[in-house]
Amino acid sequence: MSIKGKAYIAGIYEHPTRHAPDKSLAQLHAEVAKGALDDAGLTHADVDGYFCAGDSPGLWSMVDYMGLKPRHVDSTETGGCSYIIHLGHAAQAIAAGKCSVALITLAGKPRTSVMPPRGFGAEMDFELAYGATTHNAYAMCAMRHMHDYGTTSEQLAWIKVAASHHAQYNEHAMLRDVVTVEDVLNSPMISDPLHRMDCCVVSDGGGALIVTTAEIAKSLKKPLVRLIGHGEAMKGPRGGKDLELTYSAGVWSGPRAFEEAGITPKDIKYASIYDSFTITVLMQLEDIGFCKKGEGGKFVADGNLISGVGKLPFNTDGGGLCSNHPVNRGGMTKILEAVRQLRGEAHPKVQVPNCDLAIAHGTGGLLGVRHAASTAILERV
Amino acid sequence: MSQDTKTEAKKYPTPQGNPESQPFWDAAKDGKFMIKRCKACGEAHYFPRSICPLCFSDDTVWEESAGEGEIYTFSLMRKSATGPYAIGWVTLKEGPSLQTNFVDCDLKALKIGQKVKVVFKPTDGAPLPFFTPV
Ligand SMILES: [Zn+2]
Repeated sequence: MSIKGKAYIAGIYEHPTRHAPDKSLAQLHAEVAKGALDDAGLTHADVDGYFCAGDSPGLWSMVDYMGLKPRHVDSTETGGCSYIIHLGHAAQAIAAGKCSVALITLAGKPRTSVMPPRGFGAEMDFELAYGATTHNAYAMCAMRHMHDYGTTSEQLAWIKVAASHHAQYNEHAMLRDVVTVEDVLNSPMISDPLHRMDCCVVSDGGGALIVTTAEIAKSLKKPLVRLIGHGEAMKGPRGGKDLELTYSAGVWSGPRAFEEAGITPKDIKYASIYDSFTITVLMQLEDIGFCKKGEGGKFVADGNLISGVGKLPFNTDGGGLCSNHPVNRGGMTKILEAVRQLRGEAHPKVQVPNCDLAIAHGTGGLLGVRHAASTAILERV
Repeated sequence: MSQDTKTEAKKYPTPQGNPESQPFWDAAKDGKFMIKRCKACGEAHYFPRSICPLCFSDDTVWEESAGEGEIYTFSLMRKSATGPYAIGWVTLKEGPSLQTNFVDCDLKALKIGQKVKVVFKPTDGAPLPFFTPV
């Protein structure tokens, strides 16, 4: 059993807003849903599967608000990579005949409304007081990676530099100025060793996907993009005995996805890699197999991630580092840009020629504490 | 270990406790830092669970830790509502690693591999464990 080739991404939409004080949360979810349905050439009456995560006002609330009649629902919540997991789950449901048009939405407004505090489980009394935040949790990974492998701040900075080269062409990107390694190193230290420019933007907004059957996709007008491999995994300190912060759950989700797809990282023409921080990208590239563990610093340096310059064009929309990180969750936008590349709809300045295989990979939660990872491999048919 | 006598301006949240973790907090009030050890697989773990997360045996017992270890990693958070703080993970002599803050020291002089020991800081309830360089 495999989901390989069973599900097609027929509709995509990224909300152009990055600041939405004049919209409600439910409204944003509905707007991205409408955008993705319009892109696919389908209507909300066609939707029979709905997927959302912790950013939504709630599964049954959104189903009712949008007037959906789903026969399959899933509210798996794994932070920023939830939507990459949803894509795999939608493919499973489609392959099993449980739905035929799956809608996945992400939206929210961290800039203009109060975000709920991070949830705690049994670990609360043993961790709450120590103030783990996204910044310092990823910084702790970077600190140990530098210690073990000699990774440098200059190497991390190249990831931001590459993202900025792409963002200059994205009219919706929050940060469109091209920056240099020196600019990153000279930006204020937030949580050692991460500087401000090692961190992603905070944006209101959202995005949505329509996932459907081969038959329906072929009846529509968009270029055909299908899922051929998917993986998901979770990782935590496990009683303090598995604390190894230089790798992520991507070491499991990545190989699972590549095995299912029957290809290797060398075959990938374009990579969307979760970029909450520069270190997130560097570790994921190692973990999913684009280079050996510890060699991520060398791999990302000297523009290797810049489209048209380096060997692995990444995040050609500018990514979370420069364009958009709606609701502090970057998984959705990773899929959206991968689909644009495969369709040939990326900006001409960053479009990868003949892009037929792409990866969208993300993590969710705190890499330095406990987290999830998910990998999707997409093919243009 | 006695409760650290240095006071800090920072106010820490009061542990809520529950039937599973209460012995930890009761011991903390006596200045003891407790971990759990599994009698089936022999491994110690932290934070304490009634069922071992490594082998899933329910034959786990409380054990007083020496409260000594070394810094696995850390980060100095330069700004926060309560000022700068250093978060990190410490690997205990007994094996498990735990999340903590480093206190009563020069936060800019911390290093991976540095030897540290537990110190307790007061809350409105049971005290909380922190670590400081030896
Ligand atoms: Zn055990």
